[in-house]
Amino acid sequence: MTVKQVPLVDYLHIGARPYLKAKACTSCGARFFDRRIACGNCGAQEFQNVRVRNQGVVTAFTIVHRAAPGIPAPYVSAIIETDDGTSVRSNVVNCEPDPERVKLGMKVKLTTYSIGTDDEGTEAIAFGYEPA
Amino acid sequence: MAKSDQGKKKPKSSGPMIDDDSVWVLGTHMTKFGRYSDHDAVDLASTSAIAALQDGGVTIHDMDVFAAGTLFQASSGMAQQVQKQIGQTGIPAYNVSNACATGATALRTVMLSIKAGEADMGLAVGVEQMGKMGLLGGAGSKKEAKVFAPSGRYGAVTGTDGYIGTAGMPGVFAQAGMGYAYENDGVDFEQFAKVAYKNHLHSTLNPLAQYQKEFSLDEIMGAPVMSYPNTLLMCCPTGDGAAAAVLVSGERLKSMPKKVQKRAVKISASVLTSDPWTSSAQVQPDVNTLTRNAAAQAYEQAGVGPDDLDLVELHDCFATAELIHYDNLGLCEPGGAGDFIDSGAPFRDGRTPVNVSGGLISKGHPIGATGIANIYEVATHLRGEAGDRQVKGAKVGLAHVIGLGSACGVHILEKAA
Repeated sequence: MTVKQVPLVDYLHIGARPYLKAKACTSCGARFFDRRIACGNCGAQEFQNVRVRNQGVVTAFTIVHRAAPGIPAPYVSAIIETDDGTSVRSNVVNCEPDPERVKLGMKVKLTTYSIGTDDEGTEAIAFGYEPA
Repeated sequence: MAKSDQGKKKPKSSGPMIDDDSVWVLGTHMTKFGRYSDHDAVDLASTSAIAALQDGGVTIHDMDVFAAGTLFQASSGMAQQVQKQIGQTGIPAYNVSNACATGATALRTVMLSIKAGEADMGLAVGVEQMGKMGLLGGAGSKKEAKVFAPSGRYGAVTGTDGYIGTAGMPGVFAQAGMGYAYENDGVDFEQFAKVAYKNHLHSTLNPLAQYQKEFSLDEIMGAPVMSYPNTLLMCCPTGDGAAAAVLVSGERLKSMPKKVQKRAVKISASVLTSDPWTSSAQVQPDVNTLTRNAAAQAYEQAGVGPDDLDLVELHDCFATAELIHYDNLGLCEPGGAGDFIDSGAPFRDGRTPVNVSGGLISKGHPIGATGIANIYEVATHLRGEAGDRQVKGAKVGLAHVIGLGSACGVHILEKAA
């Protein structure tokens, strides 16, 4: 029996070659990950789905030691700028949560991992970025 | 130094020059910030409102408009509740909520009524009762779902805080500071920590501060890490408190006694901005662009520049935030915020004293009160009434707040000439 998998968020494409999907404004090119009514930059109402590049660099990070209840800490939260200029917020994974190991400007690439299985046996898949 | 409004004729008298169209702080007050288990927010707001009226030598019967700001009790009808304590005179009352810029927005609501000619005088109060709320922002959302079903604007099947980075405030502002460090080589942990060292040091002279304790740089850097580089001593506390201000039109102020006029403080600029679209702000609040825009507009309105400022109260919710706002407000060379703190410039005896009140880090941050408490602080220095922490000869000061989402308020105040 194969386990059914779902992405943690709908802008993550899972499978053999995972990637993030953005909605790009057809008028100005602004990219979004959330459900859209119109473009926050120019107000246009048409979007096309684009595939975000999996490679990028860490432009900001923090190491969260005190998290909200139920969230394991420490972990690395970061802002990634992908090679096509898209900003992504993500955890940095497969990297020690230590300021000596996580570096500003560090090259990273997208990866996915399981965050658990629900009562119906469905597994949720999250994304993170790991050192490239 | 500061220039007055353009092209207006000034009356010749021994009192300050007052343009009819200008707006002034007539009276102001803040409660000590801290924890009030035996008072509620209505008590705190009413106490501060009455004290601000008394400070201005007026009463609630002189007010034409009233605005009350609170974030966590935004739907409580705070303005009307306070009116029921201090005087139900039937004037327009506005309930204001605008994240951490709530107080500044309440003040501006009163100011706009005066500017619009609907009011000659008005009262603004900001209040918050937070108690020990703990960490704000990340709401413990990672409760495992029983069934993974997509919901919300991102189609998330469970809570995302902690999986898709952090939504907690210490982390969000840590990332804002680290973004600045990425763009400007050389900003490091110690420089961020120095900001907290300075503000804790300043707080020892402010009896209204929630905490009045000096900490060494080692103690600050060695404190428990909340979100690197922000340690516990680099984060503002939650707390309770209120602040209030009475505003008056220049036209009305002219008819008041000279000694009242001399204590009045001119609002040379009042600006509120929100976020212009930026790519990075889709995933991490951008606290920079709207602050830069607000500062530019405020300097233009007031006809002053950063070099003219004798003191600044800025929004140091976290040490990382204060450092980047040196640059956003133009207090330092572009990219030079790290050098600015190293040089000692923002210390009380430095070139541009920043947060001589102790800042949010030590004075405290009862959210709705903050955007009026910083007006109180600047005005008190301009009046020469700040006691032990007085910045000598202060004539021009700037007050800045930012609320995530985002909203930024900048006010420039000037001593009566």
